[in-house]
Amino acid sequence: MKVGVVVFPGSNCDHDAWYAITANCGHQAEFIWHASQSLNNLDAIWLPGGFSYGDYLRCGAIAKFSPVLKSVRQFAQEGGLVIGVCNGFQILTESGLLPGALVRNRGLKFICRDEALVTATAESPFTATLEKGSVLHMPIAHGEGCYVADERTLDELEAEDRVVFRYANNPNGSLRDIAGILNKERNVLGMMPHPERAMDPLMGSTGGLGIVRSMAAAIEAGAILS
Amino acid sequence: MSVSPPPRPAQEDPAFHGLTPDEYQRVVEILGRAPNVTEMGIFGVMWSEHCSYKTSKIHLKKLPTQSERVLVGPGENAGIIDIGGGWAIAFKIESHNHPSFIEPFQGAATGVGGILRDIFTMGARPIAVLDALRFGPLTAKEAGSETVAARNRRIVQGVVSGIAHYGNCFGVPTVGGECMFDASYSGNPLVNVFALGVFQHDEIFFGKATGVGNPVIYVGAKTGRDGIKGAAMASEVFKEDSKSKRPNVQVGDPFMEKLLLEACLEAMKTGAIVGIQDMGAAGLTCSTCEMGSRAGTGIEIELMKVPQRETGMTPYEMMLSESQERMLLVAEKGREQEVFDVFTKWGLDASTIGEVTGDGKLRVRHNGEVVAEIPNRELADEAPQYKRPYDVAAHRSAPLDAPALAAPPESFNAALTTLMSSADLCSKRWIWQQYDYQVRTNTLAGPGADAAVVRIKETGTSVAMAVDGNGRWCMLDPREGAKHMVAECCRNLATVGAQPVAATNNLNFANPERPEIMRQLVEAVEGMGEACAFFETPITGGNVSLYNETHDEDDPAVSVPIFPTPVLGIVGVMTTTEPVGIAFRAAGRSLVLVGGLGSTDAQRFGSSQYARQVLGAVWGLPPALDMDYEKRVHEAVREIVTSGLSESAHDLSDGGLAAALAESSFGAGVGAEVALSSDMRDDFVLFHEGPSRVLVSTTSPEAVQAIAARLHVQATLIGSTVASQLTLRHNGRLLADVKVEELRGDWESALPNLLSN
Repeated sequence: MKVGVVVFPGSNCDHDAWYAITANCGHQAEFIWHASQSLNNLDAIWLPGGFSYGDYLRCGAIAKFSPVLKSVRQFAQEGGLVIGVCNGFQILTESGLLPGALVRNRGLKFICRDEALVTATAESPFTATLEKGSVLHMPIAHGEGCYVADERTLDELEAEDRVVFRYANNPNGSLRDIAGILNKERNVLGMMPHPERAMDPLMGSTGGLGIVRSMAAAIEAGAILS
Repeated sequence: MSVSPPPRPAQEDPAFHGLTPDEYQRVVEILGRAPNVTEMGIFGVMWSEHCSYKTSKIHLKKLPTQSERVLVGPGENAGIIDIGGGWAIAFKIESHNHPSFIEPFQGAATGVGGILRDIFTMGARPIAVLDALRFGPLTAKEAGSETVAARNRRIVQGVVSGIAHYGNCFGVPTVGGECMFDASYSGNPLVNVFALGVFQHDEIFFGKATGVGNPVIYVGAKTGRDGIKGAAMASEVFKEDSKSKRPNVQVGDPFMEKLLLEACLEAMKTGAIVGIQDMGAAGLTCSTCEMGSRAGTGIEIELMKVPQRETGMTPYEMMLSESQERMLLVAEKGREQEVFDVFTKWGLDASTIGEVTGDGKLRVRHNGEVVAEIPNRELADEAPQYKRPYDVAAHRSAPLDAPALAAPPESFNAALTTLMSSADLCSKRWIWQQYDYQVRTNTLAGPGADAAVVRIKETGTSVAMAVDGNGRWCMLDPREGAKHMVAECCRNLATVGAQPVAATNNLNFANPERPEIMRQLVEAVEGMGEACAFFETPITGGNVSLYNETHDEDDPAVSVPIFPTPVLGIVGVMTTTEPVGIAFRAAGRSLVLVGGLGSTDAQRFGSSQYARQVLGAVWGLPPALDMDYEKRVHEAVREIVTSGLSESAHDLSDGGLAAALAESSFGAGVGAEVALSSDMRDDFVLFHEGPSRVLVSTTSPEAVQAIAARLHVQATLIGSTVASQLTLRHNGRLLADVKVEELRGDWESALPNLLSN
């Protein structure tokens, strides 16, 4: 699997994602500069955490206008796998690839700590190798990670089995404990917790490995893109 | 009718610029004429205490600065240490105390920004930040009034948010630190930030303007009127009007700094950069004259070419602005475009503002007209040095003799709870949970550990770091207190199995023009120097912050000095492996106190947290320290830890043995059953803070004791770990018996409770 890790000015989990995909998981990765529009020969796109464009205005609000996002949007429309982590999730909601929004944490403070996530569905290319209900441990690190959407959207997400992860102990006030969701077509995942920080035993947890494993399996099976 | 002459503008008075009459005379001698206002401003900041170290310099020479590992010592933007395999680390600690009192959020944020620039201006990528914080008490009872307590709480909230804001966005993990409280810091909080970066030997850059004719290039944020004279402000005692100095505090933009980092490191790779220095204190003034002075060259700049974000700025304002996120670099002539291309890619301003000259002078033009012309060397390196008098006893704010002590209580359950939920000892989770301590995925041991450990992915080595200071002990005895600080830092590193290799210091003191304060400074520096030489941890750089005292709000005649608070940041290296933590992992393990039970007496017990938090008084002297024994304890612990013999290791410090047992219990909720026997009083044996002691849990107590015995170190078997209960006995009597879960609850909730008042 070859993953394109997008680098916006202000991305700061880009190297972590690159290292996790290559050194911890044994796949290939390359950096994609925000001004670039070429996503050739890539199996998946990773929108990393950080503070794209300084998070000026709103988190992810400027990134949605970046040249690379046009290509990412098209990549997703053609069925390619796109994962957005933390700021990447915020960018996906801002750009309309995923519904809802991420607002300031209940408590109004940045929170960095390990969380337990319940896998809410295994019916996705990001969780197919996991058991529904299995608990993954991985860190969160965000100030604006409280997931909100209107009731109808939340009902729809649940009815369509598009909630991928829920917090076991909701740290930020996210509605219905939502930590990660899918788009309708199930090829775009946004999540606030950081799987790339949980792929190395030395970092204390390997709860993120299953996500990359699932993605690689889906691509291997040819289920995704051409 | 008589006409009086118009009043002289304040700016024409040398005192406005902080220059004494003697210093003004010296300026006239150097220039061979009277200086103009801009020149007086330039001399004023460069010769301020903050920039020139004019009070501390003669004493700083007493510190050890060299070892085989030291690649760059004091005098550069950061010290550099060889860590093997062609790799090196750059690190330094710096204070932003005064700005953090006036505007806590921005003061602390720009403190982080400043030290990060010091690291990456040398070519290193920052990989870790730690901070040492001191605040006034959070309760009205301890602070003296609710007004002061409320202000202290606001300062804590602002400083922590500021550090989080800057570090998190920049993308450097804040991996550790310490935070203590005392009334002496109410008007003068301390914000000391340590940063460390990593690079290869051939990637090191210096702040030198070499090569006559080379272009001088300004990069980064535009210059505004913020922070003008900030360095001078940091060199004065706070007065009632200090809050009106809010405009002197800079405003930080971590996003800009992140771009600057990436652009600078990328531009350095082009090979077109000759020298580079950040614009920190004293901004454009300091970076130009220091780069020229180090290279023995001159620099000529044209201010109209400086990117500006306000109109109508005077030369004085531009030269003294401390706008953040700016760097000055010297490029190889003809290769400017390579540098510009990189900065354009990152969307940053880059502008040639002048060139290197051969006459050794800083020449500043404004619209072509020369507005300042000063020899670089005299300006940057020949500030007057002062031998301030200190022929009196060091100032102390507590009695030397012990009061009559009441008999120890029957049960220590309540005392243990009081101690563990005091502001100094309680969990600092509320603080560090706001910091991203994991970004860059290198943090093997983060906040809450004895030492932070950050791996370097490329080398298989890790760096262990700790910051420590003990103002209360330094107030009781600055020399011994400073030695303890070095010993504890090295002990912290030993518990994770790391070998300390170098250190950086931040000297926070009150007004050195008072001999009893100057005495504190001299004693502390000498003590630190002796201990650093002994523990083989040369000081490769640091910072001096003086005049940390504030006039009493009710009585301006009374000036309250801070505790003398030297802070040490220490760095060690170790092989990358999962470090041993402080938490007991399972029941049924033997508890060995490496170093033994130690000893104390009524006078030395007065320096303990128990005396302060439970008995409500401070007196006497710090514990006795035998550095030779201490070093052997470190060696023993390092060997025990690295040979895999211990499941946990935790050094004894604040709160003594009882606090260490409690802290080791909290991690996994595993308790301890301890039986001590000694001829000490019950309270002494549980809570004295004698040094040279590390608590380890192990399945192989004999092997642990054998290593200790070989190094002539005591290793006392004091009990074993058990499920969920902490039980302490002394000479057969039950002294404390508490549920770990309950004690942990009080310990965890203390700081949020104190702050939510």
